[in-house]
Parts: sequence; structure tokens; C-alpha cells
Amino acid sequence: MYPAEFRYHRASSVEEALDLLDRNPGAKFLAGGHSLIPMMKLRLAQPEVLIDIGRLDELAGVSANGDSLSIGSLTTHSEIASSPELRKHCPILAEAASKIADPQVRNKGTIGGNLAHADPASDLPAVLVALGATIQLRSRDGARAVPASDFFVELLTTSLAENEIMTAVEVPKLGAGTGSTYLKVEHPASGYAVCGAAAVVTVEGGTWTSASLAFNGVTATPLAALEVVEALIGSDATDQAIDRAVESRLSVPDPMSDLYASGEYRAALAAAYGKRALKSARDRAG
Amino acid sequence: MSVLGTSIKRREDPALITGKGKFTDDFSVPGMLHAVMVRSPHGHAKVNNIDSSAAAQAQGVVAVFTATELEATGIPGVIPTVWLLPGIKTPAHTLFATDRVRYVGHPVAVVVAETIHAAHDAAILVEVDYEPLPAVVDPKAAVADGAPQIWDEAPNNIAFDWELGDKDATDVAFAAAATTATLELRNNRILPHAIEPRAALAQWDAENGKLTLTMTSQNPHVHRLLMTIASLGLPEHKIRVIAPEVGGGFGSKIHHYADEAITAWCAMQTRRPVKWTATRSETNMTDAHGRDHWSTAGIAIDADGKIVGLRIDTHAAMGAYISTFAPAVPTWLYGTLFSGQYDIPAIHVHVLATFTNTAPVDAVRGSGRPEAAYAVERLMDAGAAAAGLDPVEFRRRNFIQPDAFPYQTQVALAYDSGNYLPALEKALAAADYDALRADQAKRLADSSGNAKLLGIGLSSYIEACGIAPSAVVGSLGAQAGLWESAKVRVHPSGSVTVYTGSCAHGQGHATTFSQIVSDRLGIDVDQIDVIHGDTEEVQFGMGTYGSRSAAVGGSAIVKSLDKVIAKGKKIAAHLLEAAVDDIEFEDSEFKVKGSPGQSKAWGDVVLAAYLAHNLPEDVEPGLEETSFYDPANFTYPFGTHIAVVEIDRETGEIELLRYVAVDDCGNQINPMIVEGQVHGGIAHGLGQALWEEAVYDESGQLLSGTLLDYALPRAHQLVSFELDHTVTPCPHNPLGVKGIGEAGAIAAPAAVANAVSDALISVGAEPIDMPFTPEKIWRALQEGGT
Repeated sequence: MYPAEFRYHRASSVEEALDLLDRNPGAKFLAGGHSLIPMMKLRLAQPEVLIDIGRLDELAGVSANGDSLSIGSLTTHSEIASSPELRKHCPILAEAASKIADPQVRNKGTIGGNLAHADPASDLPAVLVALGATIQLRSRDGARAVPASDFFVELLTTSLAENEIMTAVEVPKLGAGTGSTYLKVEHPASGYAVCGAAAVVTVEGGTWTSASLAFNGVTATPLAALEVVEALIGSDATDQAIDRAVESRLSVPDPMSDLYASGEYRAALAAAYGKRALKSARDRAG
Repeated sequence: MSVLGTSIKRREDPALITGKGKFTDDFSVPGMLHAVMVRSPHGHAKVNNIDSSAAAQAQGVVAVFTATELEATGIPGVIPTVWLLPGIKTPAHTLFATDRVRYVGHPVAVVVAETIHAAHDAAILVEVDYEPLPAVVDPKAAVADGAPQIWDEAPNNIAFDWELGDKDATDVAFAAAATTATLELRNNRILPHAIEPRAALAQWDAENGKLTLTMTSQNPHVHRLLMTIASLGLPEHKIRVIAPEVGGGFGSKIHHYADEAITAWCAMQTRRPVKWTATRSETNMTDAHGRDHWSTAGIAIDADGKIVGLRIDTHAAMGAYISTFAPAVPTWLYGTLFSGQYDIPAIHVHVLATFTNTAPVDAVRGSGRPEAAYAVERLMDAGAAAAGLDPVEFRRRNFIQPDAFPYQTQVALAYDSGNYLPALEKALAAADYDALRADQAKRLADSSGNAKLLGIGLSSYIEACGIAPSAVVGSLGAQAGLWESAKVRVHPSGSVTVYTGSCAHGQGHATTFSQIVSDRLGIDVDQIDVIHGDTEEVQFGMGTYGSRSAAVGGSAIVKSLDKVIAKGKKIAAHLLEAAVDDIEFEDSEFKVKGSPGQSKAWGDVVLAAYLAHNLPEDVEPGLEETSFYDPANFTYPFGTHIAVVEIDRETGEIELLRYVAVDDCGNQINPMIVEGQVHGGIAHGLGQALWEEAVYDESGQLLSGTLLDYALPRAHQLVSFELDHTVTPCPHNPLGVKGIGEAGAIAAPAAVANAVSDALISVGAEPIDMPFTPEKIWRALQEGGT
């Protein structure tokens, strides 16, 4: 549990962080450190340079931005879980953040670090996919925005370029008639999601007008259950419709498998929790 | 009023909870070097060559040693096995692996460096040329035809073949029985997981040829002796072993390991202090693991629902080497418990112990007794079902009756006392058993099919503790006596220091032993100190494990206190000009019977002993007594635990709803500490039942080697335990105590297993084995549930 030797820089601005990154190819940003440091201690990661961005206040906090909310990449999980704006306008994100690990981790771990690490069993990715969130990235060449559904490329890999830093995550304000739920089956050792189901639905006049459903922990990147949702739109917002849609349309390609849960079982959990998340979100929409 | 039997607060806690407790790794001394082991990454491989040249040249490295350098110094260099059985194979367990590695974690080299970081960096540079060999990790697979052979001297990987009881009589009982039930049982391998990893700080005084070894030990004198005779070869009096604060052990710090001996040897070679502390990963790889059985178990019942026979056939994993006390665990600490709380006329136990390419298996909390209780109590439920009886009624019919004690079982043990029905009744009442059964039925009748299943499980366990009568264990293969010692030193001003051979590592001996002394001498606990864990201060001791400290260590203290009081009476009689037989000691005063006012206070008599101005002729000055107490028998704590679980039929997810425990550990010295031990033990047992499993792949890689994969129980996963007790004092020790440190770990796995089985059987699914993960339950429901 001793990391290999590394050099350490502390950035005092985003610009300086990007300059340091430019000068030190392969360097890693250190934010909350709750994914990176354990990997370094196990020597699964051996970056030669760490750039500490932990004190860049410009990257922290939640702010309203018209119909959306902007969450700085350094915002901690506990800040997200307790943010009045998020609890009011985007409660599923606060709900998911409150289910991450334990209080110590939530007090240090950041949304940016979480997403950049792209652990498939993490709690935020599927929620952002279900919300249709946007990830804001910046490099010395400029800024760009990537939809959450495109951000997660494969296991532990994102579309974040070598020279980029994540600055913020934009999520929509959910309006009246929209309900959202994040349910999680927790791994008893790691606390990560064996299956995390995120549902965001809008019900008008007893029928689904929009819906999204996505899963953490089941596949290598967040699994968006687009076919399930397609089957729902326009139909009655009943339990039967949900059961039918999930049972007939949910497909889980290449589910992950580990000592605790096989792929087959994860797929079964996705079906069960997909239904439960949709039903709960619908009830909350009412 | 005596403090004995009251819940005074633990004296240990202010230091521990404010971070002031000093554990082995907290000690640093000037000039200290750091050792890091280079360990086998293979479960089974030939070692063709070790090239340590790059590591030796790395910055900050002082030395790199392998078996070659160690052997050149001519020390004995092995880890001994100190419990032997007829026919057992004990291949040489060398400190460093030599030409072959047999489990992941065995050290092949050590790097000693100026800093811990330099040592870790250099350890990676040691190049070992391994040639992987086929491995076998499962105790049943190890004896199959064509299995890889781990030791040339152990054909078919058999370490020993052991049996107990009467096979013929048992076969006859099964043949004649009205009904029988058979179970295939798996007792999962678990990691001991003391919070403090093993560690050692070795200081070598070359001029005086003396080694001081501060280390994580449950039995420092035993470690010193084994260092002398088997590992280092230094004279025993030239080794001082100190166990400072020890952060838990659960058995793992009883055993003798290579790392501490290598650390000591490194200090001797470099002539500088050397410290080694295991990382959590090393702890998981190398601390002796627990359990790992496959068994076929059967129970035979007559037409009246009385058990007529019980048998078990077990494959037990030993690991790659036979650890310190390992042979006792699946034999004398296991087979002897198969009568449980029941009157069983015929029992047969057969154990085939095998070598496996895994970490050695040895004692872990309960050691043998949890495995036995698991099998017996699973059989009790299976037998009840076969006999068409409720599990409660089946137990009632078969309990050994209170008037039958002492009770000679068919598996060697003679239970000294017991009263099993009251504990069962108390547990049933606390759980409201009938209401639970009604709730269960109501859920099953729910037509929606969505109601969660309820499972109710009983475990009426017994254990043999207070380990152990020396002559008995000697006849069974122990290469040690299991008595305990205590020196009571009364200081001239009347305060007391107790030197005990017990060695606390979380149990609270400083508190409970002070309560014993306070009760006997009538002095305040603040006037009493308890010293343990230092071979230089304590006469000799066998240490703490097997729920023995109160029953054996506490009794040794009582024996010394009795001698102190007897001497005090002689002095008091002399001072009071009365006959010794007329002196009684109570409330801290020596009094002449029937003569109120004629008395001498404790302090006056103690001072007189030290002044020695006016002592009887046959009395020496001073007041200090040492005793070595050898128990007459084991002690037999028992109780009934009830687990209530809820199962989600769609996902197999399981939730523990309630846990009721009624334990009988005899007289309680400190009920709060008893309760704490019960809590910890239950959590330990629930961990094994619900989450924990050490898993090796076929090549011998430990897949569950980190806390990301290996699930220890956490507070939020548990429930508030509902505890109660009965009191059946032990008749053969002066305190009437029996031991409580292991009870929860022994009882809980079977209680949960029976609850899960109960829920599964209620919908027609087949019972499964630990750990009861949601997927296993889901599969059982998929395959058999209606």
C-alpha cells in the first residue's frame, strides 16, 4: 500500500492546471483522490506527476443557468446530495450522490473525479445519461460539451482528451409532472453498484410522455434502456405497462461478472430494478 | 459492594479511543530499518532462480536476503507444528520458500532498507524466475485422482486421516432408524481480519546476544519458545517478546509465522533495529485462514423423534503447510462437539485433512467449534423436517436433561454442567416465535406472490472453552500444556499488580481481572494494575484464545489471591494472638471469628509482611504469590440464537430482520464486556454466513484478496441484537465462569443458515450454503421455488 514515487504540483487556476498538464504528458489531476490514490497505492496507477486541482474554487459549486443547473467538477458528492437547488430541481442526482460509498468518501470525492474515472459500478454515470446531462470540457485550445451518453467510451475510459480538464456538468431542471428515482443494489464490500437503476419519467394525463432508464454496474458503460422507453411512450402509465416493456424489451448486452454477481444475475437485477425505478419515478411524477 | 458482576467501564478505553494506545507499528527507534517481504505471486511454482542484484543496488537498500543467506547462518529456520496427530505429515515449513512455492504469499526474499518506501520500491526489483505448476486449492479436489501433488511425502495430498466415535454402532443406528436425513455442507473459508495487521519490531543487542521483539501476539511466551526451538535458535532467556496493544487477533496472532522470525533475523544480520508491518493485502494472503470444509452429514431418528445416530465425513483444507495448532482445529476442537446439546447414543466423525495451494488454515474465532455447530444445527433442522416435527419441538425432545450432568458424550467430552431448555425458552419468548411463524404463514398465503419470504432459524449451540486441561490435550497431541499462570504482587502500601499469562488483544482483561482482585481483596479497582504481554515481566503464560482467559487465566489469579489471603491470615493471627483457623477475611479486614473489634486492616497486614518486624516464624517477608492453574475440564458455554431473515423473491436479496441471542457463559464478571463479546462474535458469525468468503482460483490466486471484494460486516448491514442470558455456573473453576469470546461466531452461522433454509423450503426450493449471497438465493428460487 505504498505508491511509486511521483512529483506533485498544485494548480492555482484552471489555466495553470492546463499548462501543467501540457508540460507533463501523462500527468493525472488530483481532486478528491478517492479513486486515484487507492489505485496508486496498489500500483495499478503510477503517474509520474500529480496536478492537484483540489483548491480551484472556480470549479466547485452548483449554479442555476436558465433551464439547467451547472455543477462544477470539483463539487463533492456530499455537496451534491445536500444542494437545495439539486434537491428541488434535479432530485435524482442528489439521491444518487447520497448513495455513494460512505460519508468520508462523499465528503472528499468529487463529481468530476468520479466521472473521469468512469468506473462502471459508480453511481453517477447512468443518472447523467438518464438525465441527458452534458459534460463540459476545456483545454488550452478551447471548450467543448459532450453529452453524457457519449462521454463513457468503455470500461474506465471516457472521451476526455489527454489535454483536457472537466470543468462542469450541466443537468436539466426537471419540471412538474416529471419524476425521477435512483435505486441501487450495493456491493457489500466495495459499496459500488452491483446494479443501479436510474429512471426519469414524465406522465401527462395518465400516459408516458417522456421516459428514460439507465443502469450502472451492469455493463462496462452506462446502459441506456432505449427500447424499454420506446415501448412505454404513449402507453398508459400502469404497472402492467412497465412490466411488459421491461420484460419484453430490456436487453443487457455483455453484462459484467465478478465474484459477487454473475452477468446473468446482473441482468435479472436490471430487470427487477428497472421496473421498480420506473414505478417509483412515475409515482413521484404524480 | 463487590464490583464483580457489575458493568464497570473498561479501563483500557480512554487510551484506545483517544488514539493514545501504542501498537507495534507505533514504535520507532533510532537507526531503524524497514523490511518488506518479496512474496510468491504463484499458488504453485518451481523457483529456478532469484536475482536480487538490482534490488540490492537500489537507493536506500541495506540488504536483500533469501533462503541462501538464511541457511548459511545455520539457524533452525522453520515454523513448527505443535499439535501432532498419528500419521500426520508435517513437511518442513521454512521461513523462506526455497526451490518451490506452494501458496501465494510465501516469502522468497526480504528487502531491508532505510525507509519503508525504498523497501517497497526495491522489492519489485527482486527478479524471481518461477516455473508455474498445476495447483489445487479445494480440499475435496486435492484427493481426487490426478490432482497436482503438493508434497512428495504426502501422497494424494493427505495431511492426516482422523476419526472419532463408534462407526459400527453409528452404522447400526442408521440402519435401524425410522427416518434419516443427509446434508452436503460447505463451510466457507474466511479471513481472520484483525483490524491491526501483523507487525514486528526487532532490536538486536549484539554485545549481549539479546533480542527484543515487539510483535502482534496473542501469546508472547509461546512465540518466544517457538523462536528459540524452531526459528532462530537463540536461547529462550535471550529473547524478550513484547506484545503491546494488539488490535484484535481472532486467532490469527496465536500462530507462528515466517515474517516475524525473518524480521528478527534481519536485525541480527544488519545489527540495526528492523521493523516489518504487513499491508492489508499481505494480511489477507498470509494470516492463517479459517474453516474451509466440505462435509457429508447425516442424522438418524427413531419413531419417537429421538436422535439415535449422527455421522459426518469432512474434507478439511490445511493449506500448503501445517500451521502452528492447525491439526487440532478440524479434529479435537471439531469432532468432539458433535453431540451438541443433545443426547445422542451413537456418533461417528471422520475427517480427511488435505494440503492445498492456499494459505495455511488454523484457528479463527471458534476454530472447529463453529464448523461443528454449523453441521449439528443444520442437521437438527433437517432431522426435524424428516421427522415431521417443528425444529423447536425436535430440539426439546433431544436435549440432554438437566439431571444427566455430568454427561459423557460419545465423542470424548464429558459435559460438566448444562441446562439447555431455559435458554431455548427464553430465546423463543424474546423472539415471539409463534408470532413469527404466523407472519411467515401469512406471507406465504399472500396471493400476489410479492410478499417477501420470512425465514426463522434456530441455533442451539454448545462449545468447549476454557482451553484446556494439560494432560488431556497432551494425550491428544498438543506439544504444550494449556494451564495459565498468575503472579499477584501486593505492594507494601497495599496496592496490587497482577502479572498474568493471558494476553489481552481487545478483551478487556485489565478491567475484568481487576474486578476479580477487587472482589477477593476488597480493595478498589484503582489500586490494582494488570500486566501482560511481556515475557520479561510475566513468568510464563499460554496466552489468550479459545475463550480461556477468564476460566483459566482468571482462575490462576484466584489461586494466587487465595495464597495471598492465606499468608495474610497467618500474619494477622500472629498480630492478633489468635489461631489462624479463627481468622476470616472479609471487607478488606482480617477478623477473629466471633470477636467483633478484634481485627487487622488489609493495609496493616500487608505493611507488617514487608516490615517483617514481627512475623510468625514460618512466614517469609513480603507478600507475593504465583500460581499455575491447570483446569480440571473444558468449560461448556451454550445457548440458543434465533435469526429472522427476509428474502426478496424476485431478486434473492436477503435482509436480516432480527437476531435474538440467549447465551449461558456461567457467572459474568462484567456483563457489559460479555455483551460486547457477544456482539462482536455474532457480527463475526453473520459475516461468515452472509458475506465473507476467501476465494482462490484454480491456479491458487486469492481472488478475494482486498476489502473491495471480501465483505466484512458493517454496522449498517446489521441489526440491533436482542440479547439475554441464563446462568449455569461452571462447577469446576473457582469463578464459575465459562467463556464468551467465541459464542456468537459459533452460533450465528447455523442460525442464519437455518433461517435461509426455512425460507427456501417454505416455497419448495433447496437449501444452500454460506455465504448466502443474493445470487445464490435467487438461483435456488429460480431452480426450485414455486
